[in-house]
Amino acid sequence: MAERAPLPRGLRIAAPLLVAVLMVAGWHWFVKAYALPPWLVPSPRAVLATLVADRALLAASLWVTLSIALAAFALAVVAGVAIALAFAQSRWIEASFLPYAILLQVTPIVAIAPLIIIWVRDTRVALVLCAAVVALFPVISNTTIGLRSVDPGLADLFRLMHASRWQRLTRLQAPSALPYFFAGLRVASGLALIGAVVAEFVAGTGGQGAGLAYQILMAGIQLNVPRLFAALVLIAATGVALFLVVDLCAKALLARWHESELDPARR
Amino acid sequence: MAAEGALAPQREAGREPGERNAIVVARGVTRTYASGTRALDPVSLTIREGEFLTLLGPSGCGKTTLLNLVAGLDAPTEGTIEWWGAPVPPATGDAHRIGCVFQSPTLMPWARVRANVRLPLDLAGAPRAQSDAAVDAALARVGLDGFAGAFPRELSGGMRMRASIARALVTGPSLVLLDEPFGALDEFSRHRMDDELAAWWRDASLTIAFVTHSIAEAVYLSTRIVVMAARPGRVIADVPVDAPWPRGNAFRASPAFAAQCVALSELVARASEGGHG
Repeated sequence: MAERAPLPRGLRIAAPLLVAVLMVAGWHWFVKAYALPPWLVPSPRAVLATLVADRALLAASLWVTLSIALAAFALAVVAGVAIALAFAQSRWIEASFLPYAILLQVTPIVAIAPLIIIWVRDTRVALVLCAAVVALFPVISNTTIGLRSVDPGLADLFRLMHASRWQRLTRLQAPSALPYFFAGLRVASGLALIGAVVAEFVAGTGGQGAGLAYQILMAGIQLNVPRLFAALVLIAATGVALFLVVDLCAKALLARWHESELDPARR
Repeated sequence: MAAEGALAPQREAGREPGERNAIVVARGVTRTYASGTRALDPVSLTIREGEFLTLLGPSGCGKTTLLNLVAGLDAPTEGTIEWWGAPVPPATGDAHRIGCVFQSPTLMPWARVRANVRLPLDLAGAPRAQSDAAVDAALARVGLDGFAGAFPRELSGGMRMRASIARALVTGPSLVLLDEPFGALDEFSRHRMDDELAAWWRDASLTIAFVTHSIAEAVYLSTRIVVMAARPGRVIADVPVDAPWPRGNAFRASPAFAAQCVALSELVARASEGGHG
């Protein structure tokens, strides 16, 4: 494979922005050229106007969805790491329970969500649980692989020096697992948001605790397509923001030593 | 049997008289892997205090296997290994009397050089102030004074190996085991590291067990060479090297050096012919 030249820092920010500008311009041109009515495809300007006009409603809904996604993400990380640590302790535990972790992963959330919503009285808690189930597997699987991906030479060294199980875990396995863990977090952050939206669709909660999914449902029924677009834009922006936060954390922790996060200028 | 020669006292070529105390004694050790592969025929080996012992042989002769058995990284299929008269694996205290350097530097990529070198002391629970002083001394000894704050990937291959050696020296071991430590270095760096290793050995009255497949490196560094042959891995000779110290390029250019290299190379060649016949 040919080596790819590193991209200057400014260009790494400018390039995706340019793509965004081009896409919005194309979208604008498309709506104008075919004279599409706003209830079919609203123009970017119409969506922006709706974002401003409905800001109170949308901000409240965004906060509901975001708080569910964040709580689910946190729960998935804590539970996922705990399960991965248990798996890493013994092959027996991993062999016995991994199939069920996979089962959780391959069962569509829309199929389990109604059950969770029936069983759990508090709807918010039910939604958090649903979204956490969706985000859990990449954390388990990546962290488990990471905890096992220890340099065999270093493992020998720790054994020679009579390192305790705890020392081995904290000083060798955990740092070795970090890059894998963050790869899992990147995927899980998006999944937590998707899970929060999908679970809300299934729950159909309205009123005070209405999130962005409810706004999309309602806007669809009322043919308020600009608001539907506005809600979609907010979900997409939230997803990107979550990803970037995880990415920043990964960079802060791995930048000096791991190949995946090295600054191109330092390579 | 040739292997028993390792125990014969008249073969001893220690630097000074009176250093005959055995640090490691291996008696009739063999290693057969689960697959049935015999990596090592019965070998007996004594490492005495103060000597620079080299295990020399071609690839697959079991020299790394033997070193791993001596280090306690691997258990022999038959036979016994003792450190200071006690069976391996040893109690925690003795682990720090032996330092190990592997073929690759095996540094923790996420930790700075300082933390890497301090690892053996940290794992033993040594107080930080005390271990920092030991780390500084070890880094100074290998010439890495200015690089304590660097990450391993910021260092050259030779410097990483120096950090690895500093980590082996930091506990103040009596015996250091080195498994082809300079195999990945270019010849210039390797000659320099060889000279420095010899200096560390002499200055700190270390005992060194060194593995290499380079005949010249073995003759240049050792006080005693244990020659091994492959298929099956076994010891075929135990040869003292009597050249005085310090050894420099003059020794590398001397007829005695050349003669010993040729003799060793013929020994290995004969053994491998015999092995195939």
